[in-house]
Amino acid sequence: MTDAFLSFFRSLPATTEQGLIYALMAMGVMITYLILDFPDLTVDGSFPLGGAVGTSLILQGVDPVLSALIAMLCGMLAGLLTGLIHVRLKVRALFSGIIMMTALYSINLRITGGGSLLSIPRQSVTLFRNNAVVSLLPDGLSVMIISLVLVVLVKVTIDWLLKTRFGLLLRATGDNERVVTSLARDHGNMKIMGLIIANGLVAFCGAVLCQQQRLFDISMGTGAMVLALASVIIGVNLFKKAEKMRATTKAIIGSLIYKAAYSFAISMGLRPGDMKLVTALLFLGILSADLLKRKEAKKDA
Amino acid sequence: MLEINHLKKVYNPGTVRELCLFEDFSMKVPEGQFVSIIGSNGSGKTSLLNLICGSITPDKGQILIDGKDITRMPEFRRLKRIGRIHQNPAVGTCANMSILENLSLASHKDQKMNLLPGVDRKEKERFQEMLRPLGLGLENMLEAKCGTLSGGQRQALAMVMSVMTPIDFLILDEHTAALDPKTSDLIMHLTQEVVAEKKLTALMVTHNLRYAIEYGDRLVMMHQGGIVLDKAGEEKQKTKLEDVLDLFTQISIELGN
Repeated sequence: MTDAFLSFFRSLPATTEQGLIYALMAMGVMITYLILDFPDLTVDGSFPLGGAVGTSLILQGVDPVLSALIAMLCGMLAGLLTGLIHVRLKVRALFSGIIMMTALYSINLRITGGGSLLSIPRQSVTLFRNNAVVSLLPDGLSVMIISLVLVVLVKVTIDWLLKTRFGLLLRATGDNERVVTSLARDHGNMKIMGLIIANGLVAFCGAVLCQQQRLFDISMGTGAMVLALASVIIGVNLFKKAEKMRATTKAIIGSLIYKAAYSFAISMGLRPGDMKLVTALLFLGILSADLLKRKEAKKDA
Repeated sequence: MLEINHLKKVYNPGTVRELCLFEDFSMKVPEGQFVSIIGSNGSGKTSLLNLICGSITPDKGQILIDGKDITRMPEFRRLKRIGRIHQNPAVGTCANMSILENLSLASHKDQKMNLLPGVDRKEKERFQEMLRPLGLGLENMLEAKCGTLSGGQRQALAMVMSVMTPIDFLILDEHTAALDPKTSDLIMHLTQEVVAEKKLTALMVTHNLRYAIEYGDRLVMMHQGGIVLDKAGEEKQKTKLEDVLDLFTQISIELGN
């Protein structure tokens, strides 16, 4: 038992790094799920898409920042397609995502040249290794600092975006489509915009994660959406009372907690393969607790 | 001037539930007219508004605004010059956004929705001046989420939002039906003021015969997709509640209600 706790605490720095990197994806899913009220399964495809594109480019010797940005553009394209399928072809939200996710599996394998695994050599230049910034940072903390900087950059950008005229309209789209129509705007286009931004972030996260673990694995997409959604929901439920707290902050904290819980479960002896089941149960737990609470509230009324 | 020419609309065509609502419907509404539309359920009142706004498209016929054919124009484009208030007060505002954010959104309707700040703090006073005459206390709660407001407050806010930018038409779809009598009167009064002040052409569907008689300068009664009573100007002024009620009852008896 003590061993389990020890190994949990020993892995805490690595857990936090992971939590921070995954927070990038959680913020993307926050946009579709919380703001647009759109269950977007594209994520299971756009996350590894970012990984595949980013890793392939790194292996070609492309600059790590540029390759992550190109990965982001590819994710945005995936979001655009999901949006077009949903809005223009009137396919249901869930199915639009599933269609794109399925298509992207094959496309990702094409991008990697058929390999389901790609590893980045130790000597390659990535965001976290062998670059000028890393050499300036304290040795053990460089990954943490760089991921934190990325998370803060993305968070500040999203917070700003949601306060612009465009951002208000995006929030209105998820809140009440008819208001958007009455403002003489096409709410379908706004949904597409939201999906573009969200999947861009998700793919960016995939690229960054692969650079950090120096490995691309085609299976990284399986359950990615549920994982990110679990982070968002943990954050939102934990800070329900904190109305002033931004949704991005909640998503980041949710991601950190999720990863900590994950690592704790592993140190208690669960296998990595068991974790999808744990995530599913956790997810079910949170959602049904929500329902029970709502029933209670109704009884009171 | 709004012109509706030979409109035809069939619901669920080719099924057992096929329902021909409009066979050959025509109507003209001159600029600046305030039309009250009454009629029993299923008479086509709300469908007519939906057709004008573009929420549904007709099978045949034309809808013209100032001579311009808008029959195939998407709803959101038409609503550039049309304001619409629905029966359900929740439809007109965003529940999870504050009054200030809702008003800011509406104030940018005719501008680009770009990356400029969504809420301009300097506008706050202007918004407060707009809300104060309503007498609902909204001006002191700009930061409140619209979901926490009462139906009357939300409906009044929706009204303010829809006329914030210049429009030509105001479409009122039983917009007082979900409110208590006192609030209904207040919203009706506000409607009257807004229509007069902005010189709007207005179409109001209502189940409240008193409102239909009292407000507006033309009264239209619809029945089974057609107009059975149409009185404007002086003729309308002379129309009494009892006359309308009599006709209404007659029609209802025909329908077996």
